[in-house]
Amino acid sequence: MRMKQVYIAGLGVLAASAIAVYAAPSGGTISGKVTYQGTPAKAKPIDMSKEPSCAKQHATPVTTETVVTGPNNSLENVVVYVSAGAPDESAPSEAVKFDQKGCQYIPHVLAFQVNQTLEIANDDQTSHNIHPLPRINREWNKSQPPGTPPMTDKYDKPEFIPVKCNIHPWMHGNFAVMKNSHYAVTQGEGSFTLPNLPPGKYTITAWHESYGDQTQEVTISGSETKSVNFVFKAKPY
Amino acid sequence: MGKLFAVVLTIIALVSAYPIVVHKYVQPVDISTHGHAIDEQLSDTMAEAGFAFLGAQLLLAFFVWKFSNRKDGSKVTHLPGGAKLMVATAFILVGTEVLALGVLGQKAWADVYFTAPKPDAMQVQVQAGQFAFYFRYPGADGKFAPLHPDKIDEGNGNYFGLDPANDVEARDDIVTAELAIPINREIHLLMHAKDVGHSFYVRELRIQQDFVPGLDLSLHFTATKTGKYEIVCTQLCGLGHYNMKAYLNVLAQEDFDKWLKEKASEQ
Repeated sequence: MRMKQVYIAGLGVLAASAIAVYAAPSGGTISGKVTYQGTPAKAKPIDMSKEPSCAKQHATPVTTETVVTGPNNSLENVVVYVSAGAPDESAPSEAVKFDQKGCQYIPHVLAFQVNQTLEIANDDQTSHNIHPLPRINREWNKSQPPGTPPMTDKYDKPEFIPVKCNIHPWMHGNFAVMKNSHYAVTQGEGSFTLPNLPPGKYTITAWHESYGDQTQEVTISGSETKSVNFVFKAKPY
Repeated sequence: MGKLFAVVLTIIALVSAYPIVVHKYVQPVDISTHGHAIDEQLSDTMAEAGFAFLGAQLLLAFFVWKFSNRKDGSKVTHLPGGAKLMVATAFILVGTEVLALGVLGQKAWADVYFTAPKPDAMQVQVQAGQFAFYFRYPGADGKFAPLHPDKIDEGNGNYFGLDPANDVEARDDIVTAELAIPINREIHLLMHAKDVGHSFYVRELRIQQDFVPGLDLSLHFTATKTGKYEIVCTQLCGLGHYNMKAYLNVLAQEDFDKWLKEKASEQ
């Protein structure tokens, strides 16, 4: 009887600590929208006629992606991240995937952590040449013929890295190498959410490949949700 | 054995000449105003070189046949005049042949490469870069805006390095990945190399010209048949050379006008 009570009490302590551990990351949240003001450059159709196997994958020509806008002046492909205030984190074990399909990079902006495995696949019938152009990380330039297995790599310093294909000049993408797990890339509505932020003072940066970056200071106390919005100035050229 | 060798030589010479004589390998269709002169020159060269080849091989076979199986102890005899006369004769024969081809061929070549285009020729700029061709039409103002290599932004479709924010002339320039031209109109192609040496080759136009970085080279031609033809780079330019191509699209004038208007709206 006594054994059983101890056993139950032990289970209770275990359960309580499990709940405590599970609940710990749920701190505050920063969320908001990224929009633009002004007239952004027109997205131009891309002529892929030199690569018929890619051209035929697109019923209507795809357009340039350096500035992608959504409804209500929202801006896509903006990386919003905690640039100061959060400790550096080690990389998660799962790999991030960067695909080459229809002579386009999918996604156009790929954010991942320092030393996280990056997996690059070629889903096309043609050879691609992946050429990321870092300034502080190590530069490389590799060919990937059709049918070859995905290649993997890692970056050991945080950096925004433009990526190009030497064979198809229109192909252009970006790697955003982050030093912690608090980041988001805006999609169709231009919105983002940075959850699980412990109380503290943070610098939030929004980065766009054509419009540069902006920062805002945010203080989180408890498990509140704070709203932060960024507005970029768009230029027609 | 010697006679067998003579027979084999004769057979090889005749079999080699056969496909040329019966025109087994036909030229691709010619769509240019000057192409016939190039084709005639090529066939003249082939005929002249063919006669020389056949003559030399058959003469060799004849001598092998005639002087094989000589009896032991017989002396070798020479043509009168000795080696000097032979060398002089060969020199004169080959020299005349080369000179004749050069003099005749010079006209076919010079008509394409050494004459100026007509003043009303339509100007199109072609840029060769690793590993694609891009074309630029001057737009409504008829002027090509200056190029700024630091402004090149291929992900944004700015392949030439135009600066529309500061150059008003750049705002109407039309950049395309296809060379569309109107039929029966002289085209003056302004050639620009973005990085290394490339070459512009359209076999149906009978035109091939290198791009040289830093040199303003140009070409002019008139296309006489509508259709789509391949433009390829024929100067090994790097890793993606095999993939460096574009299309020449020869259109009727009204189709061309429509095409250009559509492309202008996409800029």
